[in-house]
Amino acid sequence: MAEITLVEAVTLALAHEMETDPTVVVMGEDVGVNGGVFRATAGLQQRFGDDRVIDTPLAEVMIAGMCVGMAAQGMRPVVEAQFEGFMYPMVDHIVNHAARLRHRTRGRLTCPAVFRAPWGGGIHAPEHHSDSNEATWAHFPGLRTVIPSSPSRAYGLLLAAIRDPDPVVFLEPKRIYRWQREEVIDNGEELPLDVCFVLRDGTDVTLVTWGAMVKETLEAAIEMEKQGISAEVIDVATVAPLDMDTILESVEKTGRCVIVHEAPKHCGVGAEIAAGLADQGIWYLKAPIKRVTGYDTIMPLYRSEMNYMPSTERIVHAAKETLEYA
Amino acid sequence: MAATIASFKVDYFQFLDADGRLVDGAPIPALARDLKQLVSLYRLMTQTRVFDKKAVALQRTGKLGTYASCLGHEAAHVAIGSAMREEDCFAPMYREYGAQFYRGVKMSEVLLYWGGDERGNDFSGPKHDFPWCVPIATQCLHAAGAAMAYKLHGQPRVAVSVVGDGGSSKGDFLEAINAASAWKLPLVLVIVNNQWAISVPRSKQNTARTLAQKGIAGGLPSVQVDGNDLIAARWAMDKAIAAAREGRGGSVIEMITYRLSDHTTADDARRYRDQKEVDEAWKKDPLLRLRNYLTDQGFWDEVKQEDLLAECAERVQSAVEEYQDRVTNHPQSIDAMFNFMFKNLPNTLEAQREIAHRFPAKGGHH
Repeated sequence: MAEITLVEAVTLALAHEMETDPTVVVMGEDVGVNGGVFRATAGLQQRFGDDRVIDTPLAEVMIAGMCVGMAAQGMRPVVEAQFEGFMYPMVDHIVNHAARLRHRTRGRLTCPAVFRAPWGGGIHAPEHHSDSNEATWAHFPGLRTVIPSSPSRAYGLLLAAIRDPDPVVFLEPKRIYRWQREEVIDNGEELPLDVCFVLRDGTDVTLVTWGAMVKETLEAAIEMEKQGISAEVIDVATVAPLDMDTILESVEKTGRCVIVHEAPKHCGVGAEIAAGLADQGIWYLKAPIKRVTGYDTIMPLYRSEMNYMPSTERIVHAAKETLEYA
Repeated sequence: MAATIASFKVDYFQFLDADGRLVDGAPIPALARDLKQLVSLYRLMTQTRVFDKKAVALQRTGKLGTYASCLGHEAAHVAIGSAMREEDCFAPMYREYGAQFYRGVKMSEVLLYWGGDERGNDFSGPKHDFPWCVPIATQCLHAAGAAMAYKLHGQPRVAVSVVGDGGSSKGDFLEAINAASAWKLPLVLVIVNNQWAISVPRSKQNTARTLAQKGIAGGLPSVQVDGNDLIAARWAMDKAIAAAREGRGGSVIEMITYRLSDHTTADDARRYRDQKEVDEAWKKDPLLRLRNYLTDQGFWDEVKQEDLLAECAERVQSAVEEYQDRVTNHPQSIDAMFNFMFKNLPNTLEAQREIAHRFPAKGGHH
């Protein structure tokens, strides 16, 4: 069995679905011959032809709008926005149409499409290439927003996203596209959407995170273990709709929660999780809920970006703060 | 030295003038001689106008929400709808009732939609047609996507979308032209140029001589026609649809017409437009000219007109009753708001649905 990276797992899942479902097509800028700027679609056009792996003109509104039209007429388009910062022109079509087509036609038309994008900072990219905009998508009714954080979850969750009968925004943490290799069996088995994954069991504090921050959060848990603190780590994976049950179950056990995300703090998904805990889990809590997040600033250019990103040290510090309460 | 490497021209077509006489010297399309078909299309245009008047009246008496009238657009809309096959796909904006009635959308469904009930968008007509589209010009790209799907599936189907003169300024329209050109899509884009984008006149959209030429800039054959002349509008549609179906790609048709009504019932056009201009536009009324032509040909008379109006009024009345019966006696359940969000309802929404059940609105929709 080959060990592959997260970005290779994306390619593997796309190839699997294209092989088994003739209605699946891949569309986007540079996804064909070039295989995408991160090579997420490498080799697919050679294998499936340019009718199924479609290089588009450079027009994000067009890509998203046509995707809605194709999905409504029986196809399963998987579109790639080249970077998350270039998804903003697509908002009109994703929010006003993809997300509500089923609702506004009382189920007559649907939009089983996937909007993929490399997402988040930390790769020393140019301006507008490093945003974490998951809360934006999570706020809109009618969308699922899914973020994988390992090769196997990228494979299983992307399969599920493509097969889902409704639109999914699939954000790929580009900083960890090639961080770890993992054995991924290409068996077409999907992972469930709408549920969190518990990555590490612990008893003293629950660390809740998603995307590339899984890396620092797991490192923080290992660091804390050395100091005698047992941290549970949860990968939220689907940030909307949110699986509060898994988080509540963990916090019932640990009594403490630190939420970690790279996106700005204000109205981030962390705020929704904290509110859910306050609403349904306040009696479990032995300490205030802490959030370790990006700042409410513009994402800096690359020389300063690591000052913006939450670090392992900040996560450990916040977790220890919660442990100061009896 | 300088050389001209590209130049263009835009042809304008009118076959029936404002008085209902065939234009001298023009090669006349076969439809002009098919009086039986013209009568049937005239009947639908009239039906549409009678419906439209009633819908405005329902809004004025508090029985309908904001409504977008199609007054003056009947020839353009009926030409579009009647040129299409059932398996073709229509992506309307929000006032193309004449096209939609031809395709099988019911009058009661139009009323349901503007009456604040999503079931209006669940057309009885072609199930694959797109619903009414309020975000301007976005429908052009949905039609482009549909055209792409048909092309990839090797189906001889055509997608048709309508945009206004205002909408032609939006990127979505231009990107749809670009898409049709890049992939040779079976897509017909119709600009129904009614001279007004709410309060902004055509002259303020841009200084281009025609809007059709935007299609030429993107590589599509494009023409301008008198959109109040059913014969010209239908002729252009037939040509464009045939080309698209035969794999020769998309085109753009600009239909010149005039919005004889307010933008919607929430608008008051007297704030920004001269009544003299509206009076002038009435002289080019699409219904009157076709009626005059049919009368001259011996296929129409006063008695037929009176009978038709009575028949239309009766059908409209029964549509109004159907609409009122559905919203009054068979309203949507509270569940409907939740049940169509996703095929598989997430737990979070199930919990909210229970709350909605416990606290239903009191006193109906007001």
